Amino acid sequence: MVPLNWYLYLSSVIFVIGVVGFLIRRNLIIMFMSIELMLNAVNISLIAFSHYIQDLKGQIMVFFIITVAAAEAAIGLAILVALFRNKNSINTDDIAIMKG
Amino acid sequence: MTTVEYFFIYFAVSMVFLSLLIITVKNPVHSILLMLVLFFHIAGLYLFLNAEFLAAVQVILYAGAILVLFLFVIMMLNLKEELVSHRFIGEWPVGVAIGLSISLFCIFAISHFQIKYEGNMTIEIIKTLTNTKALGKILYTEFLLPFEIASIILLIAIVGAIVLAKKEQS
Repeated sequence: MVPLNWYLYLSSVIFVIGVVGFLIRRNLIIMFMSIELMLNAVNISLIAFSHYIQDLKGQIMVFFIITVAAAEAAIGLAILVALFRNKNSINTDDIAIMKG
Repeated sequence: MTTVEYFFIYFAVSMVFLSLLIITVKNPVHSILLMLVLFFHIAGLYLFLNAEFLAAVQVILYAGAILVLFLFVIMMLNLKEELVSHRFIGEWPVGVAIGLSISLFCIFAISHFQIKYEGNMTIEIIKTLTNTKALGKILYTEFLLPFEIASIILLIAIVGAIVLAKKEQS
């Protein structure tokens, strides 16, 4: 039997990799994929909790997270397409019209 | 060390390695294909945790729908000049330092963690009900309102994606 902590360590490591990927890449598509990575890390920890606590509510939560992830991916990629049409680039450096 | 632990170690090492590759490879198409492999690994991990239905949903929805959406968008955009420019921002050590500090915090928190709560859905009950039926019973009774709200979120996402991606007629 694998202890619960191993799953939590794995999920936190993947979450941190997602955070670092979001912060250091310039490409907007890779940044969206880092967000998906973080959501998946949270899903792993929720399912591990639901198995070890013997309560199915964690798995229900994962359902809603997957729903939100699908909606987020659709909206985000639509924004990406609109951005590429106007700026002809998906680099974060080229999108500095708000001086951010 | 039992067989299950060896399998878990294989899954964990390959998942961490794959996610490191995803955020570092140059070509976005390669990183999407690596993400496909990662999602299959995650589905395998769900099978260890007796979540068969969610493993299937992971493969169908994430690998089948979301990643194909990403691939379509990458193929619609012309990314020739992306491949030659620099991958990382100039201040990348700051990002790595933030990540390391978050991971230190997580490791400290998890090492002091103990389970203090026991639910009533033991593995025997789930085995007699089957996982899908047990999930459905909770989802359609206790979580009916969130379920309906989730469907509205999906509807808004569809409408929003169409409105955002549509060309303006002038």
